[in-house]
Amino acid sequence: MKEFGGRIVRLDRSDINTDEIIPAKYLTEISREALKPYLLEDLKLDGFDPASDELKQAGVIVTRANFGCGSSREHAVWVLEVNGINVVVAESFARIFRQNMFNCGMLAVELAAADIDRIFSMKGDLSAAVDVDRGIITVSGADGSLDFSFSLNDFERDLVKAGGWLAYADKKY
Amino acid sequence: MGKTITEKIFASHLRDTPSPGNYVLDIDVVMCHEITTPVAIRDLEDRGMDRVFDPAKIKAVIDHVTPSKDSKTATQAKILRDWARRHGIRDFFDIGANGVCHALFPEKGFIRPGYTVIMGDSHTCTHGAFGAFAAGVGTTDLEVGILKGVCSFREPRSMLVEISGELPEGVGAKDVILKLIREITVNGATNMVMEFRGEVVERMSMEARMTLCNMAIEAGGTCGVCLPDRVTAEYLFPFMQDGFASVDEMVEDFRRWHSDPDAEYEKEVRLDVSGLSPQVTWGYKPDEVKDVADMTGTRVDQVYIGSCTNGRIEDLRAAARILAGRRIAPTVRGILAPATPKVYSQALEEGIIRIFMDAGFCVTNPTCGACLGMSNGVLAEGEVCASTTNRNFNGRMGKGGMVHLMSPLTAAATAVAGEIRDPREML
Repeated sequence: MKEFGGRIVRLDRSDINTDEIIPAKYLTEISREALKPYLLEDLKLDGFDPASDELKQAGVIVTRANFGCGSSREHAVWVLEVNGINVVVAESFARIFRQNMFNCGMLAVELAAADIDRIFSMKGDLSAAVDVDRGIITVSGADGSLDFSFSLNDFERDLVKAGGWLAYADKKY
Repeated sequence: MGKTITEKIFASHLRDTPSPGNYVLDIDVVMCHEITTPVAIRDLEDRGMDRVFDPAKIKAVIDHVTPSKDSKTATQAKILRDWARRHGIRDFFDIGANGVCHALFPEKGFIRPGYTVIMGDSHTCTHGAFGAFAAGVGTTDLEVGILKGVCSFREPRSMLVEISGELPEGVGAKDVILKLIREITVNGATNMVMEFRGEVVERMSMEARMTLCNMAIEAGGTCGVCLPDRVTAEYLFPFMQDGFASVDEMVEDFRRWHSDPDAEYEKEVRLDVSGLSPQVTWGYKPDEVKDVADMTGTRVDQVYIGSCTNGRIEDLRAAARILAGRRIAPTVRGILAPATPKVYSQALEEGIIRIFMDAGFCVTNPTCGACLGMSNGVLAEGEVCASTTNRNFNGRMGKGGMVHLMSPLTAAATAVAGEIRDPREML
């Protein structure tokens, strides 16, 4: 199974939609790699720069509620994947986006609002390491590390381990 | 304990329960369009799995950018077209026969009560208007649907939405759904099916019910659903005559899908629409909604009437009531995109196209185009559009553009005034 984690980029807003993650005009691309330069291009968030090094180096997004709402476009997951981001940690997710993450063998981790608050209040650059089997995400920053536990059900864990829904379904159905 | 319509559909289509709370369902209709399907097709080809589970259960259309605007969109269309031919998918709709998927497929009678439906498009929730479970999915779900005819979902929880009272003149289904989203917010129905009930829904046409269900996703809902009744049966009778001798017989049969009186709901929401006024969005989220009175005077550059939300014949008739004998403001670009060829030709026969043209509207072919800023009326930076579509997200109709969502009546009145205007003043 692949490793999950990396440097964290924090997006302090709820209801970030898939049009903001990858605008529709780029959906004419057939290859996932071609989406790479357009990650979060239309994100409406004060001080956010889609061209920043912080975003380029990120492996994990930490954000607020209802991340990935709107369109069903899996491009919103692929554009994360081709940019090296394989975990999104949020208070909650829109249904389709969340399913798309697991379907692609990636991790959508839900934490309580208070835990998300704590991650937002941590100082300096942060990074995260995820233990999928134990359901623990360890966030490390200038002041030390904090562990947060999350739950996945067996099916979700199996999808992540199988590398996604297609591989799982092909074997089983 | 009783079951909701959604629980009944889940029970009748259950293939597997891979873990508690997860359900793998058999899918009756897998719908495809040229934006999200070509990636799935290419991936299946690359994996040496270029097969389809049942060509009769797959429906495909080129609708998002049609006619193709450039080489990339032409390639997407070609991949879908070639694939449909290769696999003998007979229900494939191309130039001349194509229209916005969620308006076109119902017209063809593809969606029936009790069906399970998926598509790589979030507004698939529209088809719940027929008493089906219809959900938007990503490309991987679509791919597995094409290959195996199954899809996985979590617990089918439902929200009961009881709509009572009497809709005032000039207020319609779009205003009702905008008001509901305003109340419950953009994630108020996340992971739930919104079950629309009550006297107002019962009196609604299938077109109005589709408008209602179409925007369930804007509240986070998995699907919208209406209980199939006489209105549903009359709409579907021409397509289901082989199985039923009369509409009465269909109405009787459809009852088996109705939610039981003791079914349990995760949430219950009640809305009395008697005092409702036209609703308009003001921000970048579909729950940022105000009464039209609070938006009056907002200047617009473009008015767009069309889409899977409001591009059907009733929507065009509504707008035409305002536009007849009037001209749109010289500062406004008016665009009408009838949702399907049938809507277009019906509008021609009824003289509605003439009314739009005389008013100064440009009439385009059926396509999704401008709704998601891909073609057919993209906004420039700083421009404002009054639109009958479903999303006002930042950049949705073009980078730096602003979208105000509203009903066809309000959009028509706004086109005439050049600024947002209460349509009731012009009726």
